Amino acid sequence: MSIIKQGLAALAAGALGIALAQPAAGEPVKFDFWFGLSGDLARVVDTLCKNFNASQSDYEVVCTSQGNYDATLQNTIAAFRAGKQPTVVQVYDVGTATMMLSGAYKPADKLMEENGYKIDYSDYFPGIARYYATSKGEMLSFPFNSSTPLMYWNKDAFAKIGKTEAPKTWEDVGADLKALKDAGYECPMAINISANESWQLMEQFSALHNQPIATKNNGYDGLDARLEMNKTKFVQYVTDLKKWYDAGLIKIKSKDLGQDMVQAFASGTCEVIMTSVGDHGTVGKTQKEGMNWDVAELPVYAGTERKNSLVGGASLWVLSGKSDAEYKGAAAFLNFIHDPKTALFWSTNTGYIPVTKSGFDYLKTQGFYDKAPYKGREVAIASLTASEPTEITRGIRLGNFTQIRAEFGTQMQAIFANKVSVQEGIDTLVKNGDAILDRFQQTYPDKTLP
Amino acid sequence: MEKRVTFSRWSIGILFAVPQLILIFTFFYWPAGQAVYWSLTLQQPWGGGNIWVGLDNFRSILSNADYWNSITASLTFAAISTGLAMLIALVIATLTDRQLAGSRLYRVVLIWPYGIAAPALAMAFRFILAPEAGFMAVVNQVWPGFWDPGLDGTDAMASIIVAFSWKYVGYNFIFFLAALQAIPRSLIEAAAMDGSGVIRRFWDIQFPLITPTIFFLLVINITESFQDSFGIVDIMTSGGPANATNLMVYKIYSDGFKGLDYSGAAAQSIILMLLIIVLTIFQFRFIERRVHYR
Repeated sequence: MSIIKQGLAALAAGALGIALAQPAAGEPVKFDFWFGLSGDLARVVDTLCKNFNASQSDYEVVCTSQGNYDATLQNTIAAFRAGKQPTVVQVYDVGTATMMLSGAYKPADKLMEENGYKIDYSDYFPGIARYYATSKGEMLSFPFNSSTPLMYWNKDAFAKIGKTEAPKTWEDVGADLKALKDAGYECPMAINISANESWQLMEQFSALHNQPIATKNNGYDGLDARLEMNKTKFVQYVTDLKKWYDAGLIKIKSKDLGQDMVQAFASGTCEVIMTSVGDHGTVGKTQKEGMNWDVAELPVYAGTERKNSLVGGASLWVLSGKSDAEYKGAAAFLNFIHDPKTALFWSTNTGYIPVTKSGFDYLKTQGFYDKAPYKGREVAIASLTASEPTEITRGIRLGNFTQIRAEFGTQMQAIFANKVSVQEGIDTLVKNGDAILDRFQQTYPDKTLP
Repeated sequence: MEKRVTFSRWSIGILFAVPQLILIFTFFYWPAGQAVYWSLTLQQPWGGGNIWVGLDNFRSILSNADYWNSITASLTFAAISTGLAMLIALVIATLTDRQLAGSRLYRVVLIWPYGIAAPALAMAFRFILAPEAGFMAVVNQVWPGFWDPGLDGTDAMASIIVAFSWKYVGYNFIFFLAALQAIPRSLIEAAAMDGSGVIRRFWDIQFPLITPTIFFLLVINITESFQDSFGIVDIMTSGGPANATNLMVYKIYSDGFKGLDYSGAAAQSIILMLLIIVLTIFQFRFIERRVHYR
């Protein structure tokens, strides 16, 4: 008797347990979003997530910072291999090729279509959309935080040499730096030559001048693309930078040496830098009291027909292997981020630019760009939309590009330390970079880029 | 006679050892075996599949000039930092052992550096050795361009050696001091009464008697200099400038995790493991002969 009783009790307890495990009606569906921003920017993303959760009651996004872009990708891969991946993940620009071959994503355009959201993809700035789109133009991920580099220049210093405008050509830059030096400025221009600066020094320079980084349209047309920046105007550019460095017109500033470029510019130590529009806010907040400065598009060599600059930053990927309910939530989240009002919130609180024309227009109608501290950031849009993207200025689609950037840093350091000549250094960059691309191609023997 | 506890059946002994064996297998042999397998294949990072390539990964690594440069840098780093850390620790320990004023304080304070995590101390040294803002800025002011770890590979190597040695001086110090204090006072006092000076006593009595400790620390320091240098390199130089401080362990990290080349990184760790094994065997085979155990 007692056995039957106990058995019944156990059954009842089990049934109760099952009932409790079922989500109560109206409980929001939770899904994970991993991102790679930290510090101030992470707080802004957290607010963004809170706003999304407050805007509706069906879904709840759980946002987790993984510290930086590299770690986000590494952790996502580890999680994916263990079957515990987040639904949405932020992947940086150069991780795009790796993501496309991973087979681990759900195409963003398909996701939105399946869940009944109509997204006007032509609304995206072409320079931004094409960076993340396939060679056929499909959007596999959504552009998120986006930036492009600008030249920051100290108006006070330039006034001393009788200039009221930023130099537009590299020839002018050379002359102006010389004049600044003669006027007693110790550090006319600051650069850094680590892997990170591959972005403004090599990738953006090449795009602005419509010069290829690699064959096969910078890799868009196949995994057998190989580097070729040792045969382009880039060689001339590095030669000039080195010449100016030797003449004391350019100083190297990096965190390892005590002061990075942005700090050097904001403190008035150096008069010109090239960095992301994302640093616009930082410079404004940390600048020396009363210093006058402005931003301009990166210069080009005289006689160059200027092309669009490339977008930098990251896009949002939706990973495969999640439930339909989570995908619904992800679609709602992406739609929320796509909204011009979110763009205004995002651009106000970070230095990033809006990614859609409607977002940009909305910001303009709100008077965002009319006054400090946001005035000047519209130059970034001008730079990104300077031309229709060409086959080469769509972007760069090379495997393991992070390693190629590291190789860029290594060779630039060798060049600036006079260990090798400019041409030798860039030739080695091509040789070692090609070995990286070879390896990437071998790892994916039967796959092609979408 | 010494009384030993024995088990009546061998299976009970095994049973007691099982938890430990499982731990070692799960956290050592299994991952190591996985690394060997990966090193013989080309792994797609997202787990989409792999291709068996035999020894190709090893061939491509060993034919790469950058990799040999990395081995040279690692050996240089190991030799100089081990020598420096042990020498300084030995001198300090000997002085502390002589009961000079304040030696009780030193005994406590000198172990602290070892307690600091490598990245944290690397951050501190980055500030101390910064050419424009730190302590070395003063030197640069007197002698412009003397110190430039941003472009000069030798300077960068010197920075990470200083940081690593600083950490291991504390560790070595404790072992040296313990060894020195284990030497019977009567021996030293007898030598002193025979009229030998401090230096003479050190070379003839203390040094021979602490050779087991010296040998132990030599093995540990060299092994650690291959492994524990990662945090310091990552924070201070990121392997630069121009690969001058791209030590083997850092290269494994950057190729594997940043470059997502899991197979190449696995092959490199196998080589690093073999190198450490060979170095350790070498030390036991040739240096241990000169060690006097009591």
